[in-house]
Amino acid sequence: MKTPLRELWTGFRSLLTGMRVTLTQFFKPPVTVPYPYATLPIPERYRGHIELVRDPETGMSLCVACKSCEKACPSGCIVVEGIKREGDKKKSPTVFTVDFTRCSLCGSCVEVCPTEALRFSRRYNLAGTDREAYFLDLLKRLQAQAASTPTPATKA
Amino acid sequence: MSTSAALADAARAAARAEGRETFVLNLGPQHPATHGVLRLKLTMDGEYIARAEPVCGYIHRMHEKMGENRTWAQFLPNTSRIDYLSAMHYTHAYVAAVERAAQLEVPRRAEFVRVITSELNRISSHLVWFGAFLLDLGGFTPLLYAFDDREKILDLLERITGARLTYCYYRFGGLYNDVDAEFLRGARDFVRYLRPRLDMYRELVTENIIFRKRLEGIGVADAELCRRYGATGPVLRGAGVAYDVRRAEPYAVYPELDFKIPTHPRGDSLARYLVRMEEMEQSLRIIEQALDLIPEGPFRSKVPKVLKLPPGDTCFAVEAARGRFMVRIVSDGRDIPYRVKLRTPSFSNLSLFEEASRGMLLADALAFLGSLDLVIPDIDR
Repeated sequence: MKTPLRELWTGFRSLLTGMRVTLTQFFKPPVTVPYPYATLPIPERYRGHIELVRDPETGMSLCVACKSCEKACPSGCIVVEGIKREGDKKKSPTVFTVDFTRCSLCGSCVEVCPTEALRFSRRYNLAGTDREAYFLDLLKRLQAQAASTPTPATKA
Repeated sequence: MSTSAALADAARAAARAEGRETFVLNLGPQHPATHGVLRLKLTMDGEYIARAEPVCGYIHRMHEKMGENRTWAQFLPNTSRIDYLSAMHYTHAYVAAVERAAQLEVPRRAEFVRVITSELNRISSHLVWFGAFLLDLGGFTPLLYAFDDREKILDLLERITGARLTYCYYRFGGLYNDVDAEFLRGARDFVRYLRPRLDMYRELVTENIIFRKRLEGIGVADAELCRRYGATGPVLRGAGVAYDVRRAEPYAVYPELDFKIPTHPRGDSLARYLVRMEEMEQSLRIIEQALDLIPEGPFRSKVPKVLKLPPGDTCFAVEAARGRFMVRIVSDGRDIPYRVKLRTPSFSNLSLFEEASRGMLLADALAFLGSLDLVIPDIDR
């Protein structure tokens, strides 16, 4: 007789404890963020898809079309072509595309780049309705960025 | 009608006449109570399981084969996708195997950061298991609390690695990048934050009578059974065997740190639950000590750009959240692996299910399955 009674008591107490825990939680501020009306800050090192870095002086890409990133990529999603333009010391890219459908965001390309011409974008809203939106032309992206935020060289 | 089909019909009719007819119940591959895409072919005798046959391979991705057609470094992103819940441990095993084969030095600071991030990852993995397990048993609230806590770990790791799940943070000879003071402070704050939360879980869940009645004596996997199937991790420790790779085959800076290996002798689902809950506390202790001991210095040693390993056969095992994870790499001297073999803990832990679940009630078997903490990509890999 004694054991079932004790069990009844401990069981009842454990249920009350559960209710106490959930009740105290009820008066705490919410831990969620009402996305899309509010968003969380994206950390500095966030690994989004890659983008080209502009030379702060010339406003052009720092890329020398060495193809290190193309070789380092585990999924082979980067294509770089470059030529040596008249009067330039280094090669410059003519094609720089990323097939983002195959990218696994490992960051090997950024790591191997000898001129630090690549960085991660902070773009995270990546939903889309067609596949073509994920074949990224990074040179175009760079030009678009240059148009919106001119550097001293392009202003002059 | 063929002879065998006629015989099967006759056997079925005889079974029906004797009242021991069975039927096949298909659980999964998308049943909400199973995690991921595991399929169980259950031969049921009424409510009781006569035979449970796990069917694997639904998300087989050829990770081992993929290792054979890319350079040593290019396999790194794969390692965080085998068991996506304990990505750090898996990368650690692979990176350390390559370091052992190439005899690369790892700076002390990097080793400490590896321990801190690995243990944070272990806690986050156990928190997911805790939430999902309680969900299996019909309790919804703890899942939300567990995910709230886990979010804090993910935020911390995202700050330094740039990713929330597939970290790919370790590199041959060190780390991808250095941790900053804010991360170390955040880790310390987190340790302070999680301790009272674990007490809360004990009150809310561990001492709950419904929860205990659901698990006590359910799904007993004793030491002998675990040994036969090669089960490791919390499943083996829940059977009373104090086997932990961090102690049995010490790696990184674990020998310098003081922590206990929690064990429970009973081998039932509750024992496995208690082992994991205590492991979280031990992980907090490890993190605290590592934060005290972490030295300044480089986070990565010099590694040749094109890494070629000397011909040979190298193994490295780590204690992942689910048990012993081992990588075996075979090199034939080129910059591409000859073989990458992955020994994953979930596979062995699932293997014992067939034998141990015989004669169990279906509802109990689901509790048992949840307590094994299976990650299906880890089984199929």
